[in-house]
Amino acid sequence: MKKMGSILLSIVVVAIGLAFLSPIYIMLVNSFKNRAELYINTLALPAEFNFKYYAEAMEKMDFLQAFFNSLIITIGSIIFIVIFSSMTAWMLVRTDNKLSQFIFMMFVATMLIPFQTLMMPLMQFMGMIRDVTGIPMLNTYGGLIYMYIGFGVSMAVFLYHGFIKSIPMSLEEAAILDGCTKFGVFWRIVFPMLKPITVTVIILDVIWIWNDYLLPSLVLSDRALRTIPLSTASFFGQFTIQWNLAMAGLTLTIIPVVIFFLSAQKHIIKGVAAGSVK
Amino acid sequence: MKTNKDRAWYLLFTGPALFAFITVVIIPFFIGIYYSFFEWDGIPMNPKVFVGFENYLNIFKDARFGASALITTKFTIITLVTINVIGLAFALLVTAKLKVRNIVRAMFFMPNLIGGLILGYIWKFIFSDAFMIIGEMTGFKGIFFNWLIDPDYSLYAMVAVFTWQMAGYVMIIYIAGIGSIPEEVMEAARVDGANFWQRLRKIVLPLLMPSFTICLFLTISNSFKIYDVNLSLTGGGPNNATEMLAMNIFNEIFGYNNFGYGQSKAIIFFILVAVVTLTQVAMTKKKEVEM
Repeated sequence: MKKMGSILLSIVVVAIGLAFLSPIYIMLVNSFKNRAELYINTLALPAEFNFKYYAEAMEKMDFLQAFFNSLIITIGSIIFIVIFSSMTAWMLVRTDNKLSQFIFMMFVATMLIPFQTLMMPLMQFMGMIRDVTGIPMLNTYGGLIYMYIGFGVSMAVFLYHGFIKSIPMSLEEAAILDGCTKFGVFWRIVFPMLKPITVTVIILDVIWIWNDYLLPSLVLSDRALRTIPLSTASFFGQFTIQWNLAMAGLTLTIIPVVIFFLSAQKHIIKGVAAGSVK
Repeated sequence: MKTNKDRAWYLLFTGPALFAFITVVIIPFFIGIYYSFFEWDGIPMNPKVFVGFENYLNIFKDARFGASALITTKFTIITLVTINVIGLAFALLVTAKLKVRNIVRAMFFMPNLIGGLILGYIWKFIFSDAFMIIGEMTGFKGIFFNWLIDPDYSLYAMVAVFTWQMAGYVMIIYIAGIGSIPEEVMEAARVDGANFWQRLRKIVLPLLMPSFTICLFLTISNSFKIYDVNLSLTGGGPNNATEMLAMNIFNEIFGYNNFGYGQSKAIIFFILVAVVTLTQVAMTKKKEVEM
């Protein structure tokens, strides 16, 4: 009797889950239909799986280029965020003085500032840096990655800070007695112990940077540098009326996300839970 | 920090992150405050005219900004309820001892990984064309019509999409909260004959207060700052009826080229976000019970 109830509940729960994902289904089935078929029955499965629109969307969106751009920017930003933030957080925790407390408070307090408050002066300031020093801060991978580092370190330092406080100092002290430099202590002993929180930082930042639209839309004007959200937006502006083509384009953009999710599902769910304990 | 060597290590470790952070966040923040006292169209050659607090005073006379603040507040209050009720319900469903719970958990979380911009585009198709076609097919034209051409319904369309995106995220946080409730407490309540609703009201919800603090903070601040879904789903329309604060500020600065005035709105926006979220955290923190 109890088993029956649990099977019944399972069926109900799965049904709710499927209903919840029905928009994905609608997107998927309509990406294969021709215009007439789409308007006759939006909800039905397509009569045949026609990949014509995928090929067309891929070409019009410059999908491979956009994917490559998104990949470089996301990976580049995250590598630096992880390295710089973990080093900073460790130093702030292990050097407990007024200055460290002040720096830490500054990181935490600014997390409340909305991006809209900074976007215009940030673009102005980056333009000034470019004009004065000649460093190309705007319209380059490097400039955008630099800005992601600036925005990303506060939350990452905050997460690392909380984690490092809970690990004992004894191992580090032993290494120092053995003649290890601070650099050696950090990279050989401390950093490997930070792995769980590093995974959390990476996952939260992938979700953020991969999907971010506004910052790259302000920084990158070159067509060839566009990330996936940028090329989706411009593609969508042109082809809204052709829904089948638009749905094929959207499906393409979701495929990498789904692959990422399926390959790291456990870490993602754990990471999100750990990252939210503020 | 006694020796110079220690100071050098300190600088080496904290320097890179601090430098990027200061140049990207801190300096622009102060430049932003400075700009907000000027009238300027963003063209470098044109003069910046100092106007004192005039920009700030003009905000109070700006009917469009007022309407935007009102609609953003309404949106935030509605999504606060929908996201948390649905997220908590999902969390309770998937913490039941079922074999399928991991699959369903993944299904509920999935939309959160897709960016707001792309979610908005998917739903744009659903609310405009798909809804119309379904309405004509089934005859339920009272529900299935193009939501995006009606000012009220397009706000609800945004609520639906944002709830769809965020519910799975808060679910994860509630799951962690439910997982930390000791099994003995629940068992004791069961032995005492408490039914599901009694256990929920007297044990689960009070012990979940820390999770509520986090989830309410996340939903309030994210709803208040919403931009991507707004841009792709309604574009602020029809007739600016769904132009949220973030979009209003973007349009003022980059659309109408009122850099100074737009920046003063952006500063007010920051103050609003800070006041609202800090008040909420202070209020819910007080209600947290010690185990």
